[in-house]
Amino acid sequence: MYNHMVVLQEESEESLNQLFRALADGTRRDILKRSVAETPSVSELAAHYEMSFAAVQKHVAVLERAGLVQKRANGREQLVSANRARLRRAGELLDSLESLWRRRVAQLDDVLLPKED
Amino acid sequence: MPVTSVTKDPEALTLTLVADFPVPQRRLWDAWADPRQLERFWGPPFAPATFTHHDFRAGGRAEYFLTGPDGEKWSGAWKFTAVNPIDSFEADDGEDNAEDGDLPMSMTFAFEATPTGSRMISVTRFSSIEAMEQTIPGMEQGLRAAMPQLDEVLAG
Repeated sequence: MYNHMVVLQEESEESLNQLFRALADGTRRDILKRSVAETPSVSELAAHYEMSFAAVQKHVAVLERAGLVQKRANGREQLVSANRARLRRAGELLDSLESLWRRRVAQLDDVLLPKED
Repeated sequence: MPVTSVTKDPEALTLTLVADFPVPQRRLWDAWADPRQLERFWGPPFAPATFTHHDFRAGGRAEYFLTGPDGEKWSGAWKFTAVNPIDSFEADDGEDNAEDGDLPMSMTFAFEATPTGSRMISVTRFSSIEAMEQTIPGMEQGLRAAMPQLDEVLAG
């Protein structure tokens, strides 16, 4: 938004594109939600969607490359967990946005209903 | 207070705000359609917005800048992707949104009549956490630094 005030992170354009693609898909957002609540295996995740195990595995890989989830092996299973630090950061940023919008709406209210002094 | 609810979804990277106003829907729409009214509430009191362009139709652009307390300027632009008077509009946010497909932020606004006036439902959506990092801190950080002394000035 106010680009000139912003110190851009040292992120390559490609990694930004990865994040964008990762979150642009409904199935991947759903996988992300499930991986916050618990640590499902890829097969447990696959049971929720009408698509092949391989397709779900691909979605998980996209999320992993974007740094939103991590995978770890547990015997023959692969467990998926969300990167909570990154999601927490998203929450903090949304808090800032909320205060901005509350300020903006209060000003809009003043425009609509000029207060008499 | 006009804000009725705020819903934040960190997984979907969205913020949904519902606000109710005791004015007709047309009056609420006009505040967004008229750049002279829009600039009275878009920027914070200590860094008011000036809209230099406001082509309020699908495919049109809005361009504005904020002027800070020391005269510093920050620019911004929107591209309107849908405009349906007096019910809704959508805009993509970003300086370079003319050609870039991966837009960092988009906004959807819906307006409706209510028994007591009108309601605004706004959804702000980010494409990634990086996009949020690049937009949100810039929106408030620098501005917030100036806030305490300005609050004093305004209160005085």
